[in-house]
Amino acid sequence: MTDISSEISHNWASSNARSRISRRYRRDRWLRNTGVGAIVVAMGLLGILLTSLAFTGYVAFTTTKVKLEVFLDPAKVDRNEPGKASYRNLVREAFLANFPELKKRKNKREAIKILSSGAQYILRDKVMDEPELVGQTISVLLPLSDPFDQLYKGVVPRRINALARNRIASFESLKQRGLISVENGSSYLSLAIVVGPAILKNPKRGPLKKIMRRAFAELFSGETGRVNYKILSRDAVKILQARIRKDVNFAGDKLQVKLPISPIYDALNRTGKAEKLNPRFKSEKVLDLFDALVTRGMIASPFSWELFVNSDSRFPELAGLAGAFSGSLLALLVCFLISFPVGISAAVYLEEFAPKNKFSDFIEVNINNLAAVPSVVFGLLGLAVFIGFLGMPRSVPLVGGLVLALMTLPTIIVSTRAALKSVPPSIREAALGVGASKHEVVLHHVLPLAMPGILTGTIIGLAQALGETAPLLLIGMNAFIPSIENVGLLDPATALPTQIFTWGDSPERGFVSRTSAAILVLIGFLVTMNLLAIYLRQKFETKW
Amino acid sequence: MTGDNIEPIDEIQTDGFAFPAELPIKIKSRNVDVSYGDKQALFGVDLDIPANHVVALIGPSGCGKSTYLRCLNRMNDVIDIARVSGNIELDGVNIYDDTIDVVELRARIGMVFQKPNPFPKSIFDNVAYGPRIHGIANDKAELEEIVVTSLQKAGLFDEVKDRLGDSGISLSGGQQQRLCIARAIATRPEVILMDEPASALDPIATAVIEELIDELRQNFTIVIVTHSMQQAARVSQYTAFFHLGYLVEFGDTEAIFTNPTDKRTQDYITGRFG
Amino acid sequence: MLSIIPLSLAALVLVAYFGGKNRAVAVVAGRRSTLHSRPLYHGTYVAVWVGIPALLLSLVWLFLQGPVIDILLVRSLPSDLRDGLDGSQLQLLLSEIRSLAKGSVFGNPTAEVIAAAERYKAWQVLAGWALVVSSLAISIAALVITRNHIAKRFYARHRVEQVLDWLMIACSTLAILTTLGIVVSLSIESLRFFDLVSPGEFLFGLNWEPQIPIRKGQVTAGGAFGAIPVYLGTLLIALIAMLVAIPVGLLSAIYLAEYSSKRARAILKPLLEILAGIPTVVYGFFAVLVVAPALRNFGQIVGMDIAPNSALAAGGVMGIMLIPFISSFSDDAISAVPRSLREGAYGLGATKGETIVDILLPAALPGIMGGVLLAVSRAIGETMIVVMAAGIIASLTLNPLEPVTTVTVQIVTLLIGDSEFDNPKTLAAFALGLVLFLATLALNVLALRFTRKYREQYD
Repeated sequence: MTDISSEISHNWASSNARSRISRRYRRDRWLRNTGVGAIVVAMGLLGILLTSLAFTGYVAFTTTKVKLEVFLDPAKVDRNEPGKASYRNLVREAFLANFPELKKRKNKREAIKILSSGAQYILRDKVMDEPELVGQTISVLLPLSDPFDQLYKGVVPRRINALARNRIASFESLKQRGLISVENGSSYLSLAIVVGPAILKNPKRGPLKKIMRRAFAELFSGETGRVNYKILSRDAVKILQARIRKDVNFAGDKLQVKLPISPIYDALNRTGKAEKLNPRFKSEKVLDLFDALVTRGMIASPFSWELFVNSDSRFPELAGLAGAFSGSLLALLVCFLISFPVGISAAVYLEEFAPKNKFSDFIEVNINNLAAVPSVVFGLLGLAVFIGFLGMPRSVPLVGGLVLALMTLPTIIVSTRAALKSVPPSIREAALGVGASKHEVVLHHVLPLAMPGILTGTIIGLAQALGETAPLLLIGMNAFIPSIENVGLLDPATALPTQIFTWGDSPERGFVSRTSAAILVLIGFLVTMNLLAIYLRQKFETKW
Repeated sequence: MTGDNIEPIDEIQTDGFAFPAELPIKIKSRNVDVSYGDKQALFGVDLDIPANHVVALIGPSGCGKSTYLRCLNRMNDVIDIARVSGNIELDGVNIYDDTIDVVELRARIGMVFQKPNPFPKSIFDNVAYGPRIHGIANDKAELEEIVVTSLQKAGLFDEVKDRLGDSGISLSGGQQQRLCIARAIATRPEVILMDEPASALDPIATAVIEELIDELRQNFTIVIVTHSMQQAARVSQYTAFFHLGYLVEFGDTEAIFTNPTDKRTQDYITGRFG
Repeated sequence: MLSIIPLSLAALVLVAYFGGKNRAVAVVAGRRSTLHSRPLYHGTYVAVWVGIPALLLSLVWLFLQGPVIDILLVRSLPSDLRDGLDGSQLQLLLSEIRSLAKGSVFGNPTAEVIAAAERYKAWQVLAGWALVVSSLAISIAALVITRNHIAKRFYARHRVEQVLDWLMIACSTLAILTTLGIVVSLSIESLRFFDLVSPGEFLFGLNWEPQIPIRKGQVTAGGAFGAIPVYLGTLLIALIAMLVAIPVGLLSAIYLAEYSSKRARAILKPLLEILAGIPTVVYGFFAVLVVAPALRNFGQIVGMDIAPNSALAAGGVMGIMLIPFISSFSDDAISAVPRSLREGAYGLGATKGETIVDILLPAALPGIMGGVLLAVSRAIGETMIVVMAAGIIASLTLNPLEPVTTVTVQIVTLLIGDSEFDNPKTLAAFALGLVLFLATLALNVLALRFTRKYREQYD
């Protein structure tokens, strides 16, 4: 059994062995460092996610408003029937009173756009609440329209870049070739043009344009995609025409002409910047009016209670979450009222009473599978069964809550069973020993002891349900709810996550920050619920 | 087993024991303390392990014998809260020195564990794993030779030679443990540590392992932890008795079992506690 | 009117409970200890029989009342009004009658419709009162009968516990009913869909243009239901998601399970799990707000044209969502590898990295695979991220820079707005739902098998 070769022990001191060991340690460190890298990537992504939402969302927690003095003329507002007056005109007059210089109707119409279209309703509600104000001059804070709200908060700029990056690049290449010059404060491009005799005789604009284009294409030979005639000013053709008419002697020759370039490129050439008015704003004049309001101290941006107490609106500056809150609350209530008792009953049965047979195995397999069924399938179930088959109305919190309850059930059952398992058998035996029935043991001893765990699981399940979107979308719980006057289990409603979805899909700039703000509110709720669950677990957890 | 009435020992019993002068000492340990967190598990152990002999560590459970064993190949490094102090020398070099590479050390001091723990790989790959990572074989043929001789030395080759590609887990418990011994041998260690290698095996498999240990003694220095005194008596030449974290007595196996000097050793051997 | 039922039922239940309790005490002339069951159980026994049957009757009644009245209403319509109407037109007529009965008038309803509305109103009132009377009758009958059961040796506790057992069993079967509901409803609607569109076209067709005309004169494309591009898009996005989630999740798990200190783990693991708790609609918005524009800008810099709703953006964000999923499954699987294997490797002189790569990962592979399969199932079924960030048009492409659409996107877009289940467009959503359900079910079962195998290996 002795083999000579294996008697020789390995030479650990050889340089070969040493370098092998350091190589192995390098690989070990590499694995560790990539692990750190992966954690950093994951944390970084979480950080980017949260900070980008916070950065876009925080502005929505304030609303930019203008302070207006409104005279509630008794001639226009009837104290007994304050709802009937034209508040639109009242607001309009009060606002335009700040700009007596505006005479033209067009200018006035533009100016009034600074104010939110919903401003009149705010005034109306105020007067209807306090009809005794009629006859007085009251000072009200009215919200600005979305573009000006965003402008004041610094979210949107006054002016934006007029040229895309590749346009600027192609202009820079012209400049580098020395084809751009400045004369008398405006910029010119020198273009080499070949003019045929026929055209020389009769220089019409159409053929001239073609010639200019050809010359342009030559400048950017091989880069056809980047050719941009708009570099030239619009009246370049006219100037070329005049030039040819003036001097008819270069037939067939290359004609080197200096043509004016368009104002935007001119600005780019001379100032290095090419900007234009942000198309959200109608004109520079309106911006001047707005600046005047700011300098007069009439604009302020107080905390936006509207975000919480208003319902949805087509105007982002007025849209709030009240409707979403009520819808989510009702749906969660239904979800809780069904999933909590049913979940506990099912878990108690499976854990404490069920015989180990095929039936209880089958139930268990079903519960495990339901936990992994995509949420959108639950939406289909709700649509087909609750709405299609049972004829319940669409968009209502009752159906939403039912669907969410079915989805939450596996979570509650699993956590309840875990909580029941953690109650030691000695408690059960002690209670059985004093003559309690099995049901009494469970009801009087096991369930109360397991309750903290059950509640923790339930809260976590409800938190998941609160963030669920797809099933609510399918059963139509993304209704437009402009007021919370009709709130009920059978009234159309929206929910917090579906509101986020709806706002996230809206084109107005203001809805971007509104969406982020709504997400922050939702995450706030989720964090609170999870903290509550953690608190419950730590406070009441019994170590056996 | 209550330790309240036993006073801590200042005097180490090994002092009273001297190896024959010509016997080379493979491992020397002096004043080894080990603690796990706040709990001290080993107190000032002084122990010498002679080359090409089998030394058995015995004692009641929780006495620190496994802890001591795990110090010898720095296996305690794996446990975050373990702290080892003192001096352990392998061939005159302190193995806890900063310059010592733990990877090399563990290749030179192989270990066999209480429960057979073959990797979920083929029998061949189990044995070849150590040589592969350490680069012991220069080519494939040499690697195969190492695997075959290791399996032969572990007395397993004849049983598995037709199914080297089968999973190591498919073997019986005793075979698995011999596979683990073959795996340890394959890195060409100088010392093999065995932590109750037969405790999970049936008597027949145990007998096979014990026979194997005796054969391995020719090539390796072996330190074996066992809770079975009969096993210690059968396989070892020297025995150390541990109690409550102290090394109580060390000596010729025969002397320890027939004529222990310490009262506690006597009590343990005669079965009054343990 | 219907609110009478819960109120009166609640009152009756209370009466029953206290009545039963008192009667039990009275039966034994106040010597409670001679009763077999405590008075409380006698009271509960009576109350349960008073409450539950009536409640069940009311629920069943309310569910059936609508359809039954509808059928009666259609029968009662003069034949010239209902002949020649197909399903949807009939539904339209019915809803006109219903809204008329509610008091909202659109246009000029004919005399027949007005009469039908009157009938509808009358029947509803009649049905309501019938329900009130019959449920109360059942309750009172139960009260009288069960009260007479109360006796000294009456095993009220057993009876109550029996009812409890049945209630608990009923609650447990709800899980089965839900699965059954999903399977049956999806199958029925899918079968109706396959009446209109051949299964061959649906499963293997290459052209998906579901926007068919719903109203007459609406201008749309012809309508084609070949779902291969939709499946392909789903798989492409899921693949991208897994390419993000698996490396990041697995490497994080390796670090957390094997390298990190206990303290770092205690902080990092919950932080990672925050990612799992964020609702998917938030990820969808994140994709639209940040990731897609960033990718687009990056594409412009390197000279690539990346669509704003590219598969890359949607899949990438979905990958972020799945990171904690993969990492927690892998972490559990790696941590569950027995200590002895780890020590075996260390004992041979393997470095930590070698132990992980050579021993732990292969040993934990089934567990990790189970997690990966569940993550794939999630990716396929994930809805909001793709609804917000992926495309609607189905195109047959594997280019991640182009927009693709997914099964879930199609389900949502097909069903938002219209929900009359009589045209192939809405029915197609259910057929897609069936495919989705079956695919995720298969993945879940497979994943469960992997994890079970893994658990058995080291038990």
